[in-house]
Amino acid sequence: MSLNTLTIADARDKLRAREITAVELTEACLTAIEGASALNAFVHHTPEIARAQAEAADARLQGDDEAPALCGIPLGIKDLFCTKGVASQAGSNILKGFRPEYESTITAQLFASGAVMLGKLNMDEFAMGSSNETSAYGNAVNPWRRGNDDTALTPGGSSGGSASAVAADLCLGATGTDTGGSIRQPAAFTGITGVKPTYGRCSRWGVIAFASSLDQAGPMTRTVRDAAILLQGMAGHDPKDSTSADIPVPDFEAMLTGDIRGTTIGIPREYRMDGMPDEIETLWKQGTEMLRDAGATIRDISLPHTKYALPAYYVIAPAEASSNLARYDGVRYGHRARLAEGDGITEMYEKTRAEGFGAEVKRRVMIGTYVLSAGFYDAYYNRARKVRSLIKRDFETVFADGIDAILTPATPSSAFGLGEMADADPVAMYLNDVFTVTVNLAGLPGIAVPAGLDAQGLPLGLQLIGKPWAEGELLNHAYVLERAAGFVSKPARWW
Amino acid sequence: MLDLTFAPPTPKTIEGATGPWELVIGMEIHAQVSSEAKLFSGASTRFGAEPNSNVAFVDAAMPGMLPVVNEYCIEQAVRTGLGLKAQINLVSAFDRKNYFYPDLPQGYQISQLYHPLVGEGEVLVEMGQGTARKVRIERIHVEQDAGKSIHDMDPTMSFVDLNRTGVALMEIVSRPDIRGPEEAAAYVVKLRQILRYLGTCDGNMQNGNLRADVNVSVCRPGDYEKYQETQDFSHLGTRCEIKNMNSMRFIQQAIDFEARRQIALLEDGGTVEQETRLYDADKGETRSMRSKEEAHDYRYFPDPDLLPLEIEQAWVDDIAASLPELPDDKKARFMTEFGLTDYDASVLTADVENAHYFEAVARGRDGKLAANWVINELFGRLKKEGHEIGDSPVSAEQLGGIVELISSGEISGKIAKDLFEIVYTEGGDPATIVAERGMKQVTDTGAIEAAVDAVIAENPAQVEKAQANPKLAGWFVGQVMKATGGKANPKAVNELVAKKLGL
Repeated sequence: MSLNTLTIADARDKLRAREITAVELTEACLTAIEGASALNAFVHHTPEIARAQAEAADARLQGDDEAPALCGIPLGIKDLFCTKGVASQAGSNILKGFRPEYESTITAQLFASGAVMLGKLNMDEFAMGSSNETSAYGNAVNPWRRGNDDTALTPGGSSGGSASAVAADLCLGATGTDTGGSIRQPAAFTGITGVKPTYGRCSRWGVIAFASSLDQAGPMTRTVRDAAILLQGMAGHDPKDSTSADIPVPDFEAMLTGDIRGTTIGIPREYRMDGMPDEIETLWKQGTEMLRDAGATIRDISLPHTKYALPAYYVIAPAEASSNLARYDGVRYGHRARLAEGDGITEMYEKTRAEGFGAEVKRRVMIGTYVLSAGFYDAYYNRARKVRSLIKRDFETVFADGIDAILTPATPSSAFGLGEMADADPVAMYLNDVFTVTVNLAGLPGIAVPAGLDAQGLPLGLQLIGKPWAEGELLNHAYVLERAAGFVSKPARWW
Repeated sequence: MLDLTFAPPTPKTIEGATGPWELVIGMEIHAQVSSEAKLFSGASTRFGAEPNSNVAFVDAAMPGMLPVVNEYCIEQAVRTGLGLKAQINLVSAFDRKNYFYPDLPQGYQISQLYHPLVGEGEVLVEMGQGTARKVRIERIHVEQDAGKSIHDMDPTMSFVDLNRTGVALMEIVSRPDIRGPEEAAAYVVKLRQILRYLGTCDGNMQNGNLRADVNVSVCRPGDYEKYQETQDFSHLGTRCEIKNMNSMRFIQQAIDFEARRQIALLEDGGTVEQETRLYDADKGETRSMRSKEEAHDYRYFPDPDLLPLEIEQAWVDDIAASLPELPDDKKARFMTEFGLTDYDASVLTADVENAHYFEAVARGRDGKLAANWVINELFGRLKKEGHEIGDSPVSAEQLGGIVELISSGEISGKIAKDLFEIVYTEGGDPATIVAERGMKQVTDTGAIEAAVDAVIAENPAQVEKAQANPKLAGWFVGQVMKATGGKANPKAVNELVAKKLGL
């Protein structure tokens, strides 16, 4: 067995027992990455950093029996995270060549606990996309394929590079970010686990902003236990982020007891969508049964404003993005267009942004600018904010009514073919987020767990939604699902 | 307390071809918060630093950087609100004002449109004894300053200095309660005075730390009163905003020009377009910067990087308790406590440092005498030499010493002036100087009597004249003072001369 296929938990135990070294583990991952260029998951490789960090981790593991769980664990980092001295481009040409002088709080925390960075992972440009096809690097590819079909499939988005890398065993875990489903949808498409923590659980400092009130970083791993371990390393209060919460972080792994007896799981009727494939409906029922069998009470619930979530999300997120992306103007860093004789500042802005941003980013900047403009603000942005409050209240109501967690499908389909949506209405792509955006709008924690395969042999995921700050309980429910589903499938290697 | 009741001043009237017009003025004052660090970053606010040296990552809007509010800047704004007797909003929020400009790295200014930190307050603007305009404050909000674009250093390129980017400003918005150019300038003077008393803004207009946007409109007599009754702006004329004024003189000139421009326009049958204008001090005129159609759509929305700002009443109360005495109260107290005239009290309280200086001189001494010496001798001398009170060569303690020597009769007023000169140029303790240099006033009647006798004996012709015309006795007094080197007590000399001459 190659070391790169280990789970974080197993690798940690073996590192602590000195059965393996961090250098060996890292080399195994670097070799796997080298052989996986067809996946286009890693877009910036940092083997020198990885080897140096691995050596340091080995030294620490030698001398310290209490070394952190992540000490010596090789990770991939989404390109949205600013990493000091290492290209951090948010998958965009407008940040071409940008190497920050600072380290994001999350990566700084991970490296302080001894984690190893293998490189930066592909993503949709500025995290705007559900298929990885908006990436300036070209899309990452899903390691999974349909039964007897060589069609290249999307790993999902925006954290598609992270999902692809974790599913293909290129790294033991990866960081992702989730604004409307960008961790959970790619996790579901690639048969891995992804957690979108409560808004404020992980610092946003140094994570390039898409929509500030919705963005939240989280772990993407092969198991629920690994997700608990990686989340532990990413979470915590950060005074540099005003929206980060000063709330204690519990020991998530210790909360994985597998005992959910006495809890109540809500099944929201509004998530039963027209035209939803039978396989997903079936999987959802199976998941419900698994939780019931484990001793949970199942209750049908209503989240009446669900149908307004997607439109509200596609007003709020572009509005914030249009403002957040104004800083990419060619004045101080990143791409600046070559100017013609006589061009002034307006031409510099226009040409730089026209060249630097891709079509989807431009579309969202324009939508966002429109919904915030005088005369439309109340009709769009303010109304969307009101809808957001109602969606939040829907959740508060059911939680107050005794619901501990909510079970839904993670996505309305399995992974689709790359290019399949090229001619579709952008809204068809936006529908990928239909089960996930409510969680971002309400600031709640959500987790996607692989629960089965569809008829074509592609992974399908279920989503659990929890109460604010209840990631531990949520992970424990996911752990129960994971064990009951017994999902052990791996993509057959073709790359 | 004195009874501070005031009559409002007469609004300025401009006589047009078709009759008289009145002015209506509202102001937005941008005051830089006195603070070592910027509003949302730890970068220094020091003026005059090398370009782009006071810039944190967040000021340069590097990717992923986030603002964290500087509590001290908020405290300063609350203090300002309390100083203007304004409502403090315990919950306020920051909004983004979006526009593109190279000296605005984020592409938006963080400001407070929807929920400002400070609500309604007022400022009393005195326009002479017993006359004052009460100007209502609509709101004060806290916001970031922009950087500086420099267009004249290179023929093809512009340069940007971000040192100022992100420095905290308070925007103090008045209601349209100001009725003439002089009132507008007096309003800025008064506001500046209060801010300096509070220590929340240094008021340095040259450095741009206090700047004003002035909204001017004109109306017919009687219209303003209708507006006041109804608060309906349709009774007033269309306003133009003159941006970024940083001199009291230019503010007055710009308002006067702008009002006359609007009147000429209206009397020619035209209309005033709502627009933003700039004042060109060289030409003495305002000109259009951008029309209403060209006005930016700032796309304000709540800043999602910052949670609503919640402050506690107890914290506000603590700030209120530590508020210094403000100009109106100080002036009233100077009048009652030290017996000063309205005029002297105004002069001495105009600036907080002057007031502190005076109080140190006057405390426990003759207040009126102290006021005379501070205003006439010290201020006069400092002004002549271009000094500020802060770098006065004569300390309050030294001047107090001089005042004390006069009060106790140890030196005469004339000697005191010589003494002041010595202290001003050479320094030293006044009492010691008087003792060492023999400047002490002679009050020994024996010695004075001898001098008087000598002068009378030497000038029999003058004695005859003086006895015929008592007004000439002053000549003897002068001679005696001369003979005693000015040290004789003038009162004693006067009495003795009169007595000896038999007047």
